[in-house]
Amino acid sequence: MAITFHVDIVSAEAEIFSGKASMVFAPAEMGEVGIAPRHTPLLTRLKAGEVRVQLEGKEEQFFYVSGGMLEIQPHVVTVLADTAMRAADIDEAAAQRVKARAEKAMSDKKSDFDYAKAQAELAEAVAQLRAIQHIRDKGGR
Amino acid sequence: MAGAKEIRTQIKSIQNTQKITKAMEMVAASKMRKAQDRMRASRPYAEKMRNVVAHMGKAHPEYKHPYLIEREAKRVGLIVISTDRGLCGGLNINLFKSAISSMQEWRGQNLDIDLAVIGTKAMSFFKRLGGNVVSENSHLGDTPRVEELIGSVKVMLDAYNEGRIDRLYIANNVFVNTMTQNPAVEQLLPVVGDECDENLKHHWDYIYEPDAKSVMDGLLMRYIESLVYQGLVENIACEMAARMVAMKAASDNAGTLIDELQLVYNKARQAAITQELSEIVSGAAAV
Repeated sequence: MAITFHVDIVSAEAEIFSGKASMVFAPAEMGEVGIAPRHTPLLTRLKAGEVRVQLEGKEEQFFYVSGGMLEIQPHVVTVLADTAMRAADIDEAAAQRVKARAEKAMSDKKSDFDYAKAQAELAEAVAQLRAIQHIRDKGGR
Repeated sequence: MAGAKEIRTQIKSIQNTQKITKAMEMVAASKMRKAQDRMRASRPYAEKMRNVVAHMGKAHPEYKHPYLIEREAKRVGLIVISTDRGLCGGLNINLFKSAISSMQEWRGQNLDIDLAVIGTKAMSFFKRLGGNVVSENSHLGDTPRVEELIGSVKVMLDAYNEGRIDRLYIANNVFVNTMTQNPAVEQLLPVVGDECDENLKHHWDYIYEPDAKSVMDGLLMRYIESLVYQGLVENIACEMAARMVAMKAASDNAGTLIDELQLVYNKARQAAITQELSEIVSGAAAV
């Protein structure tokens, strides 16, 4: 039986693969790497491409990753796959968006977030009405 | 005693409310199962990520990443994850309470606080309370995706990188079981090291491709994102469980209320009949 090692392929939203393999090929940023058992520890980024896992028998499995990280320990290989498209400017745009929303919500007095204030006002109005009703009842009889 | 007609309308209106709460209960129950599945599905990634980061903490790289270095705090960041909708019992209130007690503690140490809120409930709460909210993110739905969180996380990480905040925390509800959800405030940055793996005690280091800095940047950013994402899906599972319990209680309460009113109604009806009868009898006697 061939020497094997453990491979985990996970993405943020699900586990994709977990099991034993005799060889793994992954699209590292500086070129494709082939990983045999007892590889030296290595940490690298992945680019979009195909991860090939050679199982114990010569059977192969293919997984597509759009990017991510690869960690190699002598007996464990971990592929942390991205599900999202990543690029510096896309990330920046997302950051700007949430900032703008915070500013808008904090400054906009009439936004629909103002449930709390409206609720307080409503409670006050109801209390006033009740007081008036009370006075009227007493005066009437 | 109130008239029979009024009581009947009241019963009717309570019955309508009960129908709504029952429907909400069932919707929440089915959503809860899905939310729990999602929570479980994303757990392996968070675990693997934690492993890798723990390994990395044990390595001896020539480059020390700022996320791993403890520095003196002047200002802290807090990410608060709340729900978008209400009617889920005390879930949000409990979370805000524990967040505020942490905030008071930090204020006691003369630390300023920047808030990043996720969910409309947190936004309206901290707006009323008056916190320094730097980012807002909401309406992520029941199936949030990681890319929707990148913005919120990046704002905080940028602030950390530029030295505007020196620590980063996250506040969210932790799912224990259907009946119990606990609010928790945890530290994200600087990264707190886990217990040591025995095999990795000796001096070693990774090979980094292309270089240590860019690899670590990418990894730690994803690490923080995965923790925030995990917090978010967990919070959604909590929301559904809490709503289910709250709506069940509401339906039960409506049931007892209806029973009581029904009794009052029957008595009123009986009284009216008796009165009518006695009127007829006394009328007949007079003739």
